[in-house]
Amino acid sequence: METTAPQLFKITFDGIEIEVPPGTTIMQAARKIAEADPTKMHLAPPAMCYYEPLKGSGGKCRACLVKVSAGSAKDPRPMPKLVPSCITTVQDGMIVENTTNEAVVETRKGIVEFLLLNHPLDCPVCDQAGECHLQDFAFEHGRVQTRYEEDRRTFEKQDIGPYVQLHMTRCILCYRCVFTADQITNKRVHGVMNRGDHAEISTYIEKAIDNDFSGNVIDVCPVGALTDKTYRFKNRVWFTKPVDAHCDCEKCSGKVTLWYRGDEVIRVTARKNEWGEVKEFICNTCRFERKKTSDWTIEGPMKVARYSVIMANKYRADLKKPEFGLKVAASQYKQIDDSRPFVTDNSTIRELSKENNAKANQRSLAENN
Amino acid sequence: MPVKILTEHINVPGIDTFEVYRKMGGYTAVEKALKKMTPEEIVEEVKKSGVRGRGGAGFPMGMKWSFLAKPEGVPRYLVCNADESEPGTFKDHYLMKNNPHLLIEGMIVSSFALGANKSFIYVRGELMYVIHILEKAIEEAKAAGFLGKNILGTGYDLELVVQPGGGAYICGEETALLESLEGKRGNPRNKPPFPAVKGLYQCPTVVNNVESIANTPWIVNNGGEAYAALGVGRSTGTKLISVSGHVNKPGVYEIPLGITVEDFIYADEWCGGIRPGHHLKAVVAGGSSVPILPANLILTLANGDKRLMTYESLSDGGFATGTMLGSGGFIVMDETTCIVRNTLTFARFYHHESCGQCSPCREGTGWMDKVLDRIEHGKGNMRDIDLLVDVAKKIEGNTICPLGDAAAWPIAAAIRHFRHEFEWHVTHPLEATKPGAAYRGEMELV
Repeated sequence: METTAPQLFKITFDGIEIEVPPGTTIMQAARKIAEADPTKMHLAPPAMCYYEPLKGSGGKCRACLVKVSAGSAKDPRPMPKLVPSCITTVQDGMIVENTTNEAVVETRKGIVEFLLLNHPLDCPVCDQAGECHLQDFAFEHGRVQTRYEEDRRTFEKQDIGPYVQLHMTRCILCYRCVFTADQITNKRVHGVMNRGDHAEISTYIEKAIDNDFSGNVIDVCPVGALTDKTYRFKNRVWFTKPVDAHCDCEKCSGKVTLWYRGDEVIRVTARKNEWGEVKEFICNTCRFERKKTSDWTIEGPMKVARYSVIMANKYRADLKKPEFGLKVAASQYKQIDDSRPFVTDNSTIRELSKENNAKANQRSLAENN
Repeated sequence: MPVKILTEHINVPGIDTFEVYRKMGGYTAVEKALKKMTPEEIVEEVKKSGVRGRGGAGFPMGMKWSFLAKPEGVPRYLVCNADESEPGTFKDHYLMKNNPHLLIEGMIVSSFALGANKSFIYVRGELMYVIHILEKAIEEAKAAGFLGKNILGTGYDLELVVQPGGGAYICGEETALLESLEGKRGNPRNKPPFPAVKGLYQCPTVVNNVESIANTPWIVNNGGEAYAALGVGRSTGTKLISVSGHVNKPGVYEIPLGITVEDFIYADEWCGGIRPGHHLKAVVAGGSSVPILPANLILTLANGDKRLMTYESLSDGGFATGTMLGSGGFIVMDETTCIVRNTLTFARFYHHESCGQCSPCREGTGWMDKVLDRIEHGKGNMRDIDLLVDVAKKIEGNTICPLGDAAAWPIAAAIRHFRHEFEWHVTHPLEATKPGAAYRGEMELV
């Protein structure tokens, strides 16, 4: 009896060949490339709504649109439109262009602009700043200026339950929290109301979320729309020290990350992988009530893998260099003009300083008059 | 007198009752289909007829039917899309209101062809009185043995359900319609999977427009070839066109596909010309989502031939000089129409109706609405016009469902063909913001 190895599909992503099992999405294939080689981290398409642990997520934000320049080996016609890589499954012989395609780069700039249209850009007072996916996305793929001159939509802040605050103005309607509430809790109490750019995440008639896993909506939120009320305005994320820890919890796995400021645990979150996705959801008791070091068994410092502002004071050698900053520096760099005579003797210096003093005196006189 | 398939008996008094409809030859298609034909034969006839989906996209109906997956033990559904809410389109409303039995007969024949035992008519929620008309007609058909268990003794069961819509334009998009029918928020689904594989309740489903389904009894009675003999080329049969705007006789007309646009606008049989003392300026040929065309381009093709009322001829020249037949909402404008205000009205509609699921459409439609509003009210600048074109380009093709395209096309087309009017609004804000003001500069009128 011959053993049939699972047939693998060979795809080309930005010129890199990879073999993946059928049913893999383009996004997962790209992430596989990045996981194998961390220097290729930036090749993976950005994801604002797609969240691997949540079934049915993806396809909404359009940030991960890529060009499929050959559908498959059998049918090598290109796909007419850009396709969302998070929900498009690969075909054998598929050729995908991401950062190498001009249209994709241009469209992504447009998506950043759209997502920021109604976003308040209040990063200086937002708790999410530093670990915000929208911040990273805009920094990496956006344009410098906005062309939007109109008023932004605003909402009142809402408390949903004793622990979570909803700041709808910041929301980008990724639906991740809706899927979370749907899939990991047994009673769905919140969803989306209204439509279009006035759609809002809401608990039905502001009914408070009351179940043990409601705190996970904070972790899945890519922006600062859902925030932890026990942590609000306590600190900036880049000043804190993340530490992996665990405890024996009856309700969840108990595997968490503690965020320290000095000796104080100021926040507890679930552990996330390099794509900002929660590995295991945690319960509200772990998240909101166990805030003493004695509650936990410390495992060691958290490995920060995602390139973002949290990395600011945690250097790593394999990071992508900030190309944008270097480009600006190069454009502003000027060669020092060394054709001028290099003055060394004291008499000349004295002459020059006398001249300068006279000029300065004249200027101040003129100003006083 | 051209052949009329859908509106032949529409003016007969009492046609909305079963007795009169039956007397005029109604339900003979059901008898023929259920007793003398197999489902495959009906699908074959529909394929032969070449009838194309009348909801807007114009996809061949027979082909759509043949894509339906037929796994064992899984029910199949037929859903009739009667959520007609496109500005300018009101043909399905007219048809259902006046001749409900025609749709029901078509539903029975189509359901039988597709092997569906439960079918739905998803009617726009605002048309409550039409829903009552349809429900009454279904009761009559059931009493006469054409619906329910064991229809006409053939052993075929069909339950027909009329579902009031959720009150949103987006629910006319087929996957959003299915979501809404399942009792969820009407958000379009990502495709694939297509409804033909996983549709209503994850079962294979066909979604067809009212007018498409209403064509099937005639096709069953007279054969697909007779249907294909009508019309021109790949545009076969007749089409209901709902005419609104500055014509002498607005209303719903059933035209044989292939008459010239000029005939359609000026002949007494159809629209009867532009209202006295005025001239044709522009036409939106297929409902608000299709590109607007100025008078000279709608009447003639780029090569000088006369433009015909067919799918191909109207889209001749791509979007540079062409448009689309769409759902047949024919909006005629004379020189008193301000194109900027008209475009703003469309933009406001799409802003209001975007479901808010995917970001380009959610944010882009609102942005375009606000910029157009500024231009219309004399507060725009020249940069805004290019901005609109760019935003439209960023939305087009990048959204989950065609609503994004539908929002972008009319704006891009209005600027493409009437840029001077937008510029006039920017340069003459005082004149442009007067009540009823419209561009009075040089125009190509017919």
